[in-house]
Amino acid sequence: MWEQIRANRVRSIMLVILMGTVLVLIGWFIGLVFANNAIVGLVIALIFWGIMSLIAYFQGDSILLGVAGAKKIQPSDHPRLYNVVEEMKIASGLEQMPDVYIIDDPALNAFATGRDINHASVAITSGLLQKLNRDELQGVIGHEISHIKHRDVLLMSMCGVLLGTIVILSYFASRMMIFGGISGGGNRRSSSRNSGSGGAIILIFAIVLMILAPIFAQLIYFAISRKREYLADASSALYTRYPEGLASALEKLAQSTTPVKSANQATAPMYIVNPFRNKNMSVSDLTSTHPPIQERIRILRAMASGASYANYDQAFRQVKNTQSGVISDKTAAAVGVIGLRAAVAEGPVEAAPVDDKMSRTREVNDMMYRMNDYTTINCECGAKLKVPPSMQGTVIKCPRCGRPHQA
Amino acid sequence: MLIGIIVAAIVVVILLFLWGSYNGLINARNLVKNAWAQIDVQLKRRYDLIPNLVETVKGYKNFERETLEAVTKARTAAQSISTSGDVAARSAAEGELTGALSRLMVVVERYPELKANQNFLALQEELTSTENKISFSRQAYNDQVLQYNNKTQQFPSNIVAGMFNFKKEQEFLQATEDEAERKAPKVSF
Repeated sequence: MWEQIRANRVRSIMLVILMGTVLVLIGWFIGLVFANNAIVGLVIALIFWGIMSLIAYFQGDSILLGVAGAKKIQPSDHPRLYNVVEEMKIASGLEQMPDVYIIDDPALNAFATGRDINHASVAITSGLLQKLNRDELQGVIGHEISHIKHRDVLLMSMCGVLLGTIVILSYFASRMMIFGGISGGGNRRSSSRNSGSGGAIILIFAIVLMILAPIFAQLIYFAISRKREYLADASSALYTRYPEGLASALEKLAQSTTPVKSANQATAPMYIVNPFRNKNMSVSDLTSTHPPIQERIRILRAMASGASYANYDQAFRQVKNTQSGVISDKTAAAVGVIGLRAAVAEGPVEAAPVDDKMSRTREVNDMMYRMNDYTTINCECGAKLKVPPSMQGTVIKCPRCGRPHQA
Repeated sequence: MLIGIIVAAIVVVILLFLWGSYNGLINARNLVKNAWAQIDVQLKRRYDLIPNLVETVKGYKNFERETLEAVTKARTAAQSISTSGDVAARSAAEGELTGALSRLMVVVERYPELKANQNFLALQEELTSTENKISFSRQAYNDQVLQYNNKTQQFPSNIVAGMFNFKKEQEFLQATEDEAERKAPKVSF
């Protein structure tokens, strides 16, 4: 596991350098074309990027959670979810327990965020919480915890900022070009560098860069995102020793068609499945942040002989019919032979007490009422009245039997 | 002159490698110790949970007292052994406790009122989770031991391990008999 994290760090540094080069190039050429001075463009680009990075680094997770409408829960609000997160924290060796959030959304999805181990959060929609049984929930949470453990969140958010800066700079540059003309076109002082044909070549290069840079940056972003998803799936199988849990959770996710209310392009990689999979975006090529769900399910189910990274890699190569694996070799060797556990028998101690959909739904709905400050009154006839905060202090009649209650 | 510089560079690289390796080994060893302590944390959680469980169940009329007493006895035994260092004895005691709890849960199946009791449902969730956490912490311990063993035995860090007298191998925790007890009984015709 440590080798994988170290390999990730090296790869992330190289990726950042690569994308940073693209940013520098764009800044340079914008400066050259619009202000006759490459350095000015470069400085502006870097300042812009610096500000956005700082915001993303320090406030990124609260922005993300706020946009999603996530509410932080206490252990007593939803013991099962909190316990499952704690179990995965133990199994993964994470040093600190992440904050747990619930999103009031019938769509099925989950994500992890947080710039480092001490500020991590896991969020899940109430729709998903109702649908999954305990094994499947463990698989999903294991996947998210793995993102935290492998520091994918920091990498993806920093790359997201880089990508965003490059895209915005290209956008503004192209707008300025179309509407403002090229500054100095008429009154450009001729210098040995900008004379005649030299200037034209620079211009062409700049235009090409402005068009290609965002595309190029996006491709890098998506490729890394997909690789991280495979690693997260493999880690979830390793932590739970039960890849079938995540596989059947993904199956349930694949069947649902409700789009997530608040996802957008930049935050898509954070979610467990592509929140845009049902719109026009193709999910199986270079432009997707997540590998296709069916493929992920098949790989997980092909892990017949064990739960280690080596087994996942082998299953990956088998399903994709390719020689190159997806987990770097050093990691596969570092973790030894690890057996799968059996499916949890429906015995009295193992099975969770509220493990059918009806009870789970009731449990989640009760919790959402509580979190929105509703109070619950238990009427003698058996009905549970949920009173909104605005009706506190009034007398309420039970709709079933008519008995009055004081809210 | 040039030879001198090259030799110096090689020496520096070797020293850096030694430094990194040594720290890596120390880290691995401390992680193993930490993982061992985590198991204790989860076991203690179980001890604290059981009196609550027994209280909730006791009130129900005609509940089998022997089962309850077996659970209480097993818990006291496991808790008293927990302070001594003997791993095997402790393992056995914990296995006993798990077995007693399983039998208690089987008996609970016959009391539908108890099964619907909110308190009891919450406790059952806690119990399930505690059992899971115990097994995950054992799993995490074994994973850490694997990392440590790999580090002390694989080349080239095994050289450094030998130099500083790191123990070559830690023992894995084996699954105890309670795992066998938990499986559903086989029906054969």
